[in-house]
Amino acid sequence: MTETFLRIQGLTKLFGSFAALSDISLTVFEGEFVCFLGPSGCGKTTLLRAIAGLDIQTQGTIEQDGKDISVLPPAQRDFGIVFQSYALFPNLTVEKNIAYGLESRRHQRVEIRKRVQELLTLVDLADQVEKYPAQLSGGQQQRVALARALATSPGLLLLDEPLSALDAKVRAHLRLEIKELQRRLKVTTIMVTHDQEEALTMADRIVVMNQGVIEQVGTPEEIYAQPATEFVAEFIGTMNLVPVQALPGSEYSGLGARFQVNHNELPAGSHAALAIRPEDVQIDQAGKAAGENTIQAKVDDLEYLGAFVRVTLVASGDQTRLQVDVSTNRFSELSLSAGSEVSIVLPPERILIYPRPD
Amino acid sequence: MRLFVVVIAAYLVVALALPLYAMLSKSMLDPDGLFIGLANYVAYFRTPALVYSIKNSLFVGVLTTLITVTIAFLLAYALTRSRMPAKPAFKTIAMIPILVPSLLPGIALIYLFGRQGLINGMLFGHDIYGPIGIIIAEVFFTLPHALIIITTALSIADARLYEAAISLRASRTRIFFTVTIPGVRYGLISAAFVVFTLAVTDFGAPKVIGGDFNVLATDIYKQVIGQQNFSMGAVVSVVLLIPAGLAFLVDRIVQKKQVALLSTRAVALVPSRHRRFDNLMLGYAIIVSVFIVGMISVCQYAALVKFYPYDLSLGFTNYQFDLMDGGGWDSYFNSIEMATYTAVFGTVLVFCGAYLVEKAQGLGVVRGAFQFLAMLPMAVPGLVLGLAYIFFFNSPTNPLNFLYHTMAILVISTITHFYTVSHLTATTALKQMDAQFESVAASLKQPFYRTFFRVTIPVCTPAILDISIYLFVNAMTTVSAVVFLYSPHTTLASVAVLNMDDAGDIAPAAAMGMMIFYTAAGVKILHYLLSRGIEAKTQAWRSAVPT
Amino acid sequence: MDRLSQRIRSGLIGSALALGLVGITNAGTELTVYTAVEAEDLKKYAARFNEDHPGIKINWVRDSTGIVTAKLLAEKENPRADVIWGLAATSLLLMKGEGMLMPYAPAGLEKLDGKFSDKSSPPSWTGMDAWVAAVCVNTVEADKHNLPTPASWKDLTNPVYQGHLAMPNPNSSGTGFLDVSSWLQIFGEDGGWAFMDQLHENIDHYTHSGSKPCKQAARGEVAIGISFAFRGAKSKAKGAPLEIIIPSEGIGWDMEATAIVKGTKNLDAAKTLVDWSVTEKANQMYNEGYAVIGIQRLAKPVKYFPDNIPEMMIDNDFEWAAQNRRRILAEWQSRYDSKSEPKS
Repeated sequence: MTETFLRIQGLTKLFGSFAALSDISLTVFEGEFVCFLGPSGCGKTTLLRAIAGLDIQTQGTIEQDGKDISVLPPAQRDFGIVFQSYALFPNLTVEKNIAYGLESRRHQRVEIRKRVQELLTLVDLADQVEKYPAQLSGGQQQRVALARALATSPGLLLLDEPLSALDAKVRAHLRLEIKELQRRLKVTTIMVTHDQEEALTMADRIVVMNQGVIEQVGTPEEIYAQPATEFVAEFIGTMNLVPVQALPGSEYSGLGARFQVNHNELPAGSHAALAIRPEDVQIDQAGKAAGENTIQAKVDDLEYLGAFVRVTLVASGDQTRLQVDVSTNRFSELSLSAGSEVSIVLPPERILIYPRPD
Repeated sequence: MRLFVVVIAAYLVVALALPLYAMLSKSMLDPDGLFIGLANYVAYFRTPALVYSIKNSLFVGVLTTLITVTIAFLLAYALTRSRMPAKPAFKTIAMIPILVPSLLPGIALIYLFGRQGLINGMLFGHDIYGPIGIIIAEVFFTLPHALIIITTALSIADARLYEAAISLRASRTRIFFTVTIPGVRYGLISAAFVVFTLAVTDFGAPKVIGGDFNVLATDIYKQVIGQQNFSMGAVVSVVLLIPAGLAFLVDRIVQKKQVALLSTRAVALVPSRHRRFDNLMLGYAIIVSVFIVGMISVCQYAALVKFYPYDLSLGFTNYQFDLMDGGGWDSYFNSIEMATYTAVFGTVLVFCGAYLVEKAQGLGVVRGAFQFLAMLPMAVPGLVLGLAYIFFFNSPTNPLNFLYHTMAILVISTITHFYTVSHLTATTALKQMDAQFESVAASLKQPFYRTFFRVTIPVCTPAILDISIYLFVNAMTTVSAVVFLYSPHTTLASVAVLNMDDAGDIAPAAAMGMMIFYTAAGVKILHYLLSRGIEAKTQAWRSAVPT
Repeated sequence: MDRLSQRIRSGLIGSALALGLVGITNAGTELTVYTAVEAEDLKKYAARFNEDHPGIKINWVRDSTGIVTAKLLAEKENPRADVIWGLAATSLLLMKGEGMLMPYAPAGLEKLDGKFSDKSSPPSWTGMDAWVAAVCVNTVEADKHNLPTPASWKDLTNPVYQGHLAMPNPNSSGTGFLDVSSWLQIFGEDGGWAFMDQLHENIDHYTHSGSKPCKQAARGEVAIGISFAFRGAKSKAKGAPLEIIIPSEGIGWDMEATAIVKGTKNLDAAKTLVDWSVTEKANQMYNEGYAVIGIQRLAKPVKYFPDNIPEMMIDNDFEWAAQNRRRILAEWQSRYDSKSEPKS
């Protein structure tokens, strides 16, 4: 699992004067499932296409399996790819689509048949051999595309937003299926997605990208709990971000109050963003909570979301809005409603601080 | 792959850009080949008879446009917004004029309204030779083109707009002017410009029925064929390029806007039954159909009558083409040969060109130039192209000189003349395909040509058939470009119609024109049957319903 | 349709190479022959010639006299014709002046009437037959419109004929030119133009080809067509209600003549053809359509041709006509070619 499979160094891709990728370096290990995650235009698809050789980078090198493939055309690289549109050949049956990559490799017909059957069983479509793509549902088409990409047993599987054209239920189902399949086949996989839930549930490691650079590489837990930059903090999950200013010691001023944090490297007077997730804020009836990092606020709005209630508060000090998640049980204990006065605590160990330029 | 792009781009440069350049420079040379700047243009604008032609051309163009667009709009309205019966039949009849050379309606008009015309009393003493004849013939000739555009525009209308208007209690008239007309305005503008360009650049109708009413297109022919004054021919050509080029530009802009309208999701409008309105529309469609079928029938009658108007017995004497000008029966077979080559080579060239431009990577400049050159033929009238070919290919210093007077140059000129529409058809079909096919194929280690043959061609078969038929039919009927380029070995049926009419053998001209019609119609029917067969076989996936 | 499929098949195979578009190469000797001879006679001419010389294939390029002339002049630098067989002597004189013809005395030249060859020795061209102007009157139409039968050129300027006349445009038609040049000779330069000014008032339209006015008269599309006798006789033979009038002032005429184009790559074959073109057999062939031929003693009367044609032919000054051709045509064009102005 720790064998390096893909090594990208100093990759830059320019479209005219626009840098779609700037100086990207990344290592992917053998058998790993990596997700490139970021908003549209962040460069994740460009990076995938560079790995596939479909868009050759302006600068930088790519090594796959110890071999420099930087300038090889796609046909001389070793990968299978699945696109968002599936790109199934509409005039060929399921069987012919899957066999497409096998046919010219001097495989025996019987052999090809067998392999196609194997793959169809793998993606659970054994009874659809003779159908044309247009006769299949979206999810089925996606599985055919997957089978076709895997048919030649490539060393690397590339998935370009493979699930975004499907409806929510099918998507959730296929997510698990693909993940399971990948584990079983142990094929190194890179998936591009803009859907963080997809990335968090499927990936071994996530590469968060923004404006052509990598913001953070880490496991889903790391990415969620320890966002490396303010961008990642804001992009992944829900995050309260409050402008603050550093004070001497480990203190910050903001929200019309002072906050204690566990560690602080910023010099006094510098500007920063204080970040805390809604579920990490503790809430109580007005006056009940006290001590450090406690402020007063007023309930502005309530959003019932099933397992929990998202409460929007306005800080009494400076009218900043904050979101706090309260479990349904705790919510009924507190009997909150719009206009209720509350006290909230921002636990120091949950607070993240990101420096901001002055 | 890039090499192929360069090769096909080079074809367009040689077959289009260089000849046009040769023509432009020729217009600035005196008959002995000395450069004299714009002196030819000055001489042109000082010749009143020639300048009158500009006025005449504009007059014919504007009037034809008004009449054709009106007739076509009403017919398109009948076809899309009424529930009159036999719509497919009316649609088919309205397409007939595409299958004949533009000389044929002129011939029909002579038989109808000439001095000995069957119904010449209906002109109340007016002379059919001149603007009246030209305009009627041009209306016949341009009607299908306008109808196609306007029908398309009318059929993309959004039913919800009408429902909204009705719910707001708008009257039928108000709905017509506030919903229908704005919805098709781009279609109308586009149709108007297409008709105008066709009418101004057409040469067949004014040649046959124009009498002494000169227009730009006949001036080019007279200058070049009649007086072999090539420099002046080039000058008139440049003058003719201006309205055609302008019309082309406007059309491109409007087309883009039309596409923007198209991309919004619309709910198809299903016309409801209105007895009186439907009957009215039916009556109108019958009148238009009688006009079209009548013109064709008159030609067939003329071809069979032994010696109109003095011996009305029927026979095939007028089919003895070998006794006439124009190259005899050979020209008919030459035409079929030429049309076949044009269809075969043209389709290969156009489709491969469109494919490569869509799929090849890099080569931005070459691809840009290619796109421009592929659109350019639309703005170049056939006569101008043909003349440009004389200048370019007949120059003794041109290494391609050996092509002059061969079948090849006829094929090349015809492919080039009709390149744009074919290219657009191919491009549209290719754009509808998933852009990632080639990437997938590359990842599966398949060469691009395998995917091209296994997937691209089968998927695009209907478009490929359309292109080849379009090229075949146009190669059969075209006169304008090839009239300057045929040789004694390669006389053509359409040119034979012209030459026989020129020599006064109008009945055999009608007979040859009808041969072209039957051939083109036969091929169309064959195409229809073939594409149904092929569709059933290779396009099964299209009709496949998700289970 | 076998012929068609065979052609297409062989064509497709032949064109497999180099885009295949260049096929069609020559086999045996082929002569490119430019001509203004009536289309319906071309097959016959070639067939008769091939009876004696089967190895030489003739490829005709036919058009109206004016156009063939203009085409030959335009191709001066890069000639494509080997032989000219059947073009107006005035045109050939023009080309002789441009140095485009190869002087050649065909075997049997001595049998031709004196005026049927070029004056130089060896001659640049030899004559075949004379084609003469004539007026075709459609008797049915004339009756319908109460038109008197014209007897002279001057008669045609009578206003009763207004809109009932057609004549060929001399810029494109050899017949048109011989009409114009003969009027200038008959009436004198000033008188000729004055006559044409009056005639112009009666002309409905000018045609591109010389045979068209007579063919239109034959169909009744006009009542009277100024054309040439051969065309009138042919149409009459087909049953057209025509009367062929030879105007009393005399008629213009021109010779159809033969010449070798200088620079031909097939000189031997070209000579063979020109030799044959002056044979008795050839003359008898010309006589099938023309009353006046190069070897006049062989001439037999031609059906439907007026008998008095030889007497009525004016003493045509070909040299003068050839030398003044450009001037005459330019003058004509500036006077009459603006019938195109819209009648408002």
